[in-house]
Amino acid sequence: MSHIIILAVLDGIAYGSLVFLVAVGLTLVFGVMRILNVAHGSFYALGAYAAASLGLGLTALGLSPWLSYPLFVVAAAAVGVVVGGALERLLLQRIYRHEEALQLLVTFAVFMILDNAQRLIWGVQPYFYSEPLRLLGNVSVAGITYTAYQVVFLPLVAIAVLVALRLFLRHTLAGAVIVAVTEDREAATAIGVDARRVFLITFIIGTTLASLGGALAAPTTSILPGMGADMIVLSFAVAATAGLGQIEGTAVAALAIGLGRSFAVFFAPELEVLMPYLIMVLVLLVRPEGLFGKATARKI
Amino acid sequence: MKQGGKWAALAAGLGLSLMLSAPVLAQQKPSEIKIGIATFTSGAASVFGVPGKQAAELLADRINKKGGLQGVPVKLYFIDEGAGAETLTNEYRRLVENEKVDVTMAAISSGSCVNLAPLAEDLKMLNLLWDCGTQRIFEEGKHRYNYRSQANATPEMMAALLYLLKKKPDFKTIAVVNQDYAWGRDSWELFSAALKKLKPDVQVVAELFPKLGAPDFSAEISRLLAARPDVILSTSWGGDLDTFVRQANQRGLFRMSTFVLPLAESSLQRLAGELPDGVIVGARGDHYFLHPEYKDDADFKSFVEEFKQRTGSYPIYPAFHMAQAFAALEAAYDKAAAANGGAFPDREKVVDAMSGLQFRGYGRPITIRPDNQGLEAQLIGVTRTTSEYPFPIIDDIMIFDAETIMAPPGKNSLEWIQELDASFLETPAKEYKHGK
Amino acid sequence: MATHSSLRRTALAVAALAAIAYPLVTGSSGSFLTIVWAKALPVLGIILLLQAGQVSFGHAMFFAVGAYTIGFIGRAMAGGDLALLLPAAALASLLAGLVIGVFVVRYRYIFFGMLNLAFSMVLFSMLDKFIHITGGSDGLRIARPAVLGAAMERSDYETVLYYVSLAILALALYGGARFLDSPLGHALKAIKSNETRVEYLGISARLVLLVAYVASAVLAGVGGALVGAVQGIATPDYAYWVRSGEFVFVAILGGTGHVAGALAGAFVYEFIRSAAAAYVGDTWQMTLGIVLLAVILFAPRGIVGMAAELWGRITSASARHGAASPEAAPDAASARDARPLRIVGGGR
Repeated sequence: MSHIIILAVLDGIAYGSLVFLVAVGLTLVFGVMRILNVAHGSFYALGAYAAASLGLGLTALGLSPWLSYPLFVVAAAAVGVVVGGALERLLLQRIYRHEEALQLLVTFAVFMILDNAQRLIWGVQPYFYSEPLRLLGNVSVAGITYTAYQVVFLPLVAIAVLVALRLFLRHTLAGAVIVAVTEDREAATAIGVDARRVFLITFIIGTTLASLGGALAAPTTSILPGMGADMIVLSFAVAATAGLGQIEGTAVAALAIGLGRSFAVFFAPELEVLMPYLIMVLVLLVRPEGLFGKATARKI
Repeated sequence: MKQGGKWAALAAGLGLSLMLSAPVLAQQKPSEIKIGIATFTSGAASVFGVPGKQAAELLADRINKKGGLQGVPVKLYFIDEGAGAETLTNEYRRLVENEKVDVTMAAISSGSCVNLAPLAEDLKMLNLLWDCGTQRIFEEGKHRYNYRSQANATPEMMAALLYLLKKKPDFKTIAVVNQDYAWGRDSWELFSAALKKLKPDVQVVAELFPKLGAPDFSAEISRLLAARPDVILSTSWGGDLDTFVRQANQRGLFRMSTFVLPLAESSLQRLAGELPDGVIVGARGDHYFLHPEYKDDADFKSFVEEFKQRTGSYPIYPAFHMAQAFAALEAAYDKAAAANGGAFPDREKVVDAMSGLQFRGYGRPITIRPDNQGLEAQLIGVTRTTSEYPFPIIDDIMIFDAETIMAPPGKNSLEWIQELDASFLETPAKEYKHGK
Repeated sequence: MATHSSLRRTALAVAALAAIAYPLVTGSSGSFLTIVWAKALPVLGIILLLQAGQVSFGHAMFFAVGAYTIGFIGRAMAGGDLALLLPAAALASLLAGLVIGVFVVRYRYIFFGMLNLAFSMVLFSMLDKFIHITGGSDGLRIARPAVLGAAMERSDYETVLYYVSLAILALALYGGARFLDSPLGHALKAIKSNETRVEYLGISARLVLLVAYVASAVLAGVGGALVGAVQGIATPDYAYWVRSGEFVFVAILGGTGHVAGALAGAFVYEFIRSAAAAYVGDTWQMTLGIVLLAVILFAPRGIVGMAAELWGRITSASARHGAASPEAAPDAASARDARPLRIVGGGR
């Protein structure tokens, strides 16, 4: 029994790490820009496709598969800067003055377009690139084989991203500017902060994190059209459970939802899919601002 | 007066809607036979839908090169099952009512078939269930306009089970990892019911139904590694099957258990190097690009080669299922014309010709039973890596005749399974070894 | 004034007559339009909530409740009767709306939207998972019910559904317009502009929102039941977040300033969707996405807003020619004044 619990914990951590990477990007964008980016899942999918394409390119060129690790970061940043940057500059900038529902719908429309675009670019056959998974080999826990990629590498990346984000926001000037805009946009603008730039940078960071999640998921999964649609609700559930805009909270919520899911697989498989949403509903009913969100005074 | 503009907008909207939706009254052209085909061109199941569509285009070109069906060329209309149930039914109606198709081939998903078969019946439209697997449709009602040009879930599962029991009779535990939808559930219901009847001492150690399209099976695989089943069954397909196989292979699950993957023929070319030897794989019928009985047949070879040349891949089972539907249609027009004194038959005469129809796609000949279900043999074997192809082929093939492994007409499959006894294990099959 | 009022009435009467005559004249069962009538209902529900500035990204759950209700009852009663099924669907969605509404009306803006989404995803997962009860992802078949005791052929049944849907929609549009003009409707709109002031007046904002929420749930439920009845199937997709998103999309497309936006939006949406599926095949999603972007960027007041503006221009033009009554100009001005709905951001 106890070793089954260890297995469930390991699976939960591996899954939660990946979900965290995507959800933290979503929550960052919302925290700063107050936009819930429905197309966030599309960036996850784009990151996965880009990573697999680059990886397959490595194989085709006969280069070392170890290069795939830095390439994943390159792929994610490229998607974030090019697609994310273009989206913010060309579309979102026009709608910051619109009401929230319209902003949400713009990202919904982008989601539909990007989802379709993936199918046109990469076709419908599943892509995969599992070389990086094999490179790191296996580890054995309680007599059960795991891939080091999933139970060691992914959690380490998640922790690194968490620490880096925290350091960036708390201990760098650029981070301080972002926090300032988040706290009080008007005051920040009044003292000379360029909010447009802050929004652009934030959006690029957020979408890069989503595509990094996709790129890192690429070796473990089949890359398919439509893979972003489920990811968006899942990362949304995580972000909402934590409280939108809560970075450390997102890590805790991602872990909780990852563990909830893996324990469900072991002890109550029927609840597996339901788990994240059950957790989300229960948390929101008790604390609508999320586990770590600050209750804001009611607006008059 | 303030409301004036808005009411006018409402009225204009209504008027507009009526003008635009009036059906286009097309003239019926006896110059072509219009075929409406429902297939997946979006979504995960497009791994089947797109090869099916490519096969249909290839076959239509071939038929038209020969001069068409009874001298009339065919024209294809495709609708997307991936667009959702409402769009699909609307599109199906559009094909029937506006495009005036002469015959439809629908569909891949059992859900689509359950949805469209009654509609075809009401619209009096000849429909060939070209790929969907559910055994329920013809077991639960009589049809005049719906026919299945291929097998159904029952013989597909029985062939896999018989192969397993013949090749590895002494297993004690089994686990299942199927996609959580009707096919995954139904196929396990059939398989497990027959297993219980034929080998009651086998213990089911895990029944896992991850959701359709799940991106990750790590927790499922951990649980299987802990449960150590002798046999693992999965009727999954597409990206789900690929992901499961790759994660399981990486973590050594294949070394521990015998895998039974009745749909894996459709993934073999993608899973090159990831699927070890000795895995039991099926093809949902007796079709395979290296079919031991036909692979040297000139017509068969030219189909396989042309498909490979056009698409870059060897044909997989949906391509063969499509070929069967076209073969059925061709045979039906020929039979109906013969019964019509050689004159071109009208639609109802073609429907009449469907019952008892015999035809051959690129496998053994198929007969339509009195309950409109096709009798299609089943091919099953194990994976083997060879130097001839960059992906595993199917070896140690057994081919079962359809009639021996499926419920007779009018009989419910699960009831039929309850009547099975040990003699079922003796069901004969033709066996083939690669290269011999 | 009289000229315009009678013109408006004539236009409305012509449109209504055309809708009524359509199946008789063309001999078609008009299932495309039946879907439009049915899908305009949940969109109308979304528009009601939008008056209070609240966007639900989970209303597909009530749509599914309606469709599955008639599926379950139909299965238990060998088809059942339409006259029983539709009220049952309305009742089930009313109860569901009440139970969920009690929780969600405590929240506003993003929290309101999120909680609705969460509830709908729970329902979606359950419909998908409990396959032995719900039929799982292949859906629940809805057998053709009798109508007032009479068994029907498909074509007659579809004609009945056409008129039933049209009648329900007409009633709902009329009721919706009356509701928004009532004191309750004004209180609803006041929640958006200043909720505290609503409460100073001694009105419970939560109660007002609950009434609108339950009404929107019933509209969505009846819409779902009608679509299910036309399609003959209910699938978990009925509750998926993408469909909830579509309802909001259609509301914005049609225009949220007027109940007619629901009808205009539903028609144009379904038309584009089926035209795109028929003619651009593989890119129907992209086509819809681009249309949506274009509407938001260039016509944020939706189709009804555009039509009203156009009407305003025509009447002011004819006023300049002296052909219309002098009231025409103020009318046009009021049309231009009709601003898009303003939804105040929660945390800003």
